[in-house]
Amino acid sequence: MHRSDMISIWFFIGALLLVYGLLILGAGLHDLVAPAKHPVVLASLHANIWWGGLLIALGVIYTVKFSPKKS
Amino acid sequence: MLALTPVDLAIIVLYFVAVVGIGFYLKRFTKTGEDFFLAGREMTAWIAGLSFLAANLGSLELMGWAAASYQYGILAAHWYWIGAIPAMLFLAIVMIPFYYISKTHSVPGYLKLRFGEPARVLAAVSFGLMTVFMSGINMYAMAKVLQVVLGWDINFSIWVSSVTVAAYVVLGGLLSAIFNEVLQFVLIWLGALLISIIGLVEAGGWSGMVARIHERFPGQDYTHLWSGLGHFSDNPMGINWIGIVFGLGLVISFGYWTTDFLVVQRVIAAKDLRSAKLAPIIGAAFKMAVPFIVILPGLLGLAVLPEKLVGETQALATGAHSYNDVLPLMLARYCGPGLLGLGITALVAGFMSGMAGNVSAFTTVWTYDIYRALIRKTATDEHYVLVGRWCTVLGVAASIGTAYLVMQFASIMDYVQALFSFFIAPLFGTVVLGMLWKRATGAGGFWGLLAGTGSSIGLWLWVKMDPAALRYVALSAGAKDMAENMYRALWSWMVCMTVTVVVSYMTRPQPESELVGLVYGCTELPSEGHLQLYQRPIFWAGVVALVFVILQIIFW
Repeated sequence: MHRSDMISIWFFIGALLLVYGLLILGAGLHDLVAPAKHPVVLASLHANIWWGGLLIALGVIYTVKFSPKKS
Repeated sequence: MLALTPVDLAIIVLYFVAVVGIGFYLKRFTKTGEDFFLAGREMTAWIAGLSFLAANLGSLELMGWAAASYQYGILAAHWYWIGAIPAMLFLAIVMIPFYYISKTHSVPGYLKLRFGEPARVLAAVSFGLMTVFMSGINMYAMAKVLQVVLGWDINFSIWVSSVTVAAYVVLGGLLSAIFNEVLQFVLIWLGALLISIIGLVEAGGWSGMVARIHERFPGQDYTHLWSGLGHFSDNPMGINWIGIVFGLGLVISFGYWTTDFLVVQRVIAAKDLRSAKLAPIIGAAFKMAVPFIVILPGLLGLAVLPEKLVGETQALATGAHSYNDVLPLMLARYCGPGLLGLGITALVAGFMSGMAGNVSAFTTVWTYDIYRALIRKTATDEHYVLVGRWCTVLGVAASIGTAYLVMQFASIMDYVQALFSFFIAPLFGTVVLGMLWKRATGAGGFWGLLAGTGSSIGLWLWVKMDPAALRYVALSAGAKDMAENMYRALWSWMVCMTVTVVVSYMTRPQPESELVGLVYGCTELPSEGHLQLYQRPIFWAGVVALVFVILQIIFW
C-alpha cells in the first residue's frame, strides 16, 4: 500500500506469529515436563518446540522490520 | 475426535480477534466506492498476488483436494499444475492489460464495455449464483472438519465463522478482505506444512511413501502424473489425457483463472499495470508449491493411516471415515497441543479467505453490475458503498442457506466441478473472443454465453436422467464423474465459441473506435522496453513456466 499512515499487514502477521510461537513453544516445553497420556505419532520429535521457535523467529523479524515506528 | 487444550483454544480465539480487529482498523481507510470495492487500486504486486491465490485457497481446496489425492492419487495435482499455471500466466501476460486499461470494476463490467448490457447482466447473474454456491460449499466444508475433528456442532461453526467474515468485509470491504487473505495465506502454510514434514519422516521419505502405497494398494497407480492417462481405465480417476489437457487445462482452468471475478478482482486492485501483471505470476509460483500441503498429506494418508477411507455414501452407511476426513485425521495424527490449534486455525483461515473472496466479489458484481445497472443508475458514491455493505450481509446470509443445501450432496468436489462447467467454461469463451477477436459482436457475445451455459446445464441434466448418456458426453462408457465434468466443460466452451462466431458473422461489426482499450489489435499496450530483464513480468512468467515443465517430467 502507498498510504504512509497505514500500518503494514506484515506487522500484524508478525505480531500474531510471535504470540502463536510463544504459546506453541510453551505447550511444547510443558509436554517435555509432563508428557501427554496419549501422545501423537512421532511425539519424540517435539515438533511444537522447534515449530514454536520458528514462529517466534519469523514473528520478531516481521514485527521489527515492519514496525509502525519505523515509518 | 480430539479435545482441544487451552493453548489450542487461545490460538483459535486470537485468530478471530485478529481478523475482526484488522477489519475495524481498516474501516477508517474505506470511504469511497473505489476503496470499498477495489481497495483503492493501491495493492503492491506481492499483496495482490498472495491475495489472488489465498482467495482460491479455501477450506474446500485444503480438505477437498487432500481427499481427492487420497482417492485418485497424485492425479489430483493436475488441478494445481496444468489446471492452473498456464492459465495464470496467460492471464498475467495476455489478459490483464485489457482488464486493467479498460478500468473496469468487474469481469461483467468488461463484458458491458465489450458486448453491451445483456451480456453483462447474464454474466453478473450467473456469477452471483455461483459465488453464493461456492461460499456455501466452503462453509459446509469447514463446519464438517470442525465436526469431525472436534465434535463441534455444525450449526455453531457455520454461524460463528460467517458472522466473523461478514463483520470484517462489511467494515473494510475489499481492502479488509485482501489484508486478511494475506494473513490467512501465511497461517494456512504454517498450519498445514508440518503434516507433510512429519508425514514424510514417518513414511521414510518420498520413496518410502511410494513403497508403502504400492504395498497397501497393489496394482493401482497412485504416484504417476501422466503415465496412466493413456486410457480411462488405466487410472483411479477414470479419465484420459484429452480430458485433463483440454477439459481441465484449457477450458476449466482458463475459465476459472482468467474470468472468475473472485480472483481477477484481486489483480485489478493492483497499484499499476506492471504490479497487476506480476500478481498472477507470484500467485502461480506459490500455486505450484501448494500440492506440498494439500496433495502430499492425501498421499501420506494412503501410506500411513491404519484404516482405509471410503466414499461419503459408504461412510454414512458404515460409520467409517470418508475421503474428506483425510486431512483432519492427519492433523490429529501428528499435531500435539498448540500445533493442533494452529492446524485448525489454518483450516478456518482457509474457509474464511475463500468465503470473504466470494462475498467481496459478489458484493461488487451485485452493486455495480446489477443494482447500479438495472435498479438505480444514478446515486451518490456513499449510497453505493452503503448498498455494498448491506449486500455483504445479504451474500453471507445466502451462503449460509446454501451451506445447508450442500449437505444434501454426496460428493463436494463433483458439485464444484459441475458449477464451473455451468458458468465458468462458457464465460471463458466469451471473454477470450471478446479480447482477441475484434469481429466478435455484442449479439454474438450474448448468444454464445447463453448457449454455452444452457448446453452445459442440459448435458448435466441428460446424464442425471440417463446415466448411459455418459458414453456420449465423455466419449467413453468407462469415464467417471470427473471425466464427465471435464468433457461437459469442453463441450459448453465449444458451443459458446461456435455460437459467438456464427452470430457475430451474421450481425454488423462494431467500429474499431469503440474497441480501443478492450480488444487486441485495437489497443496500444504500454512498452516494457525500458525495464531491466529481471523487472519484466514476461521474464518471471518464463521462469515459472520452466519450473512447471520440470515438475511434470519429475512426476511423469
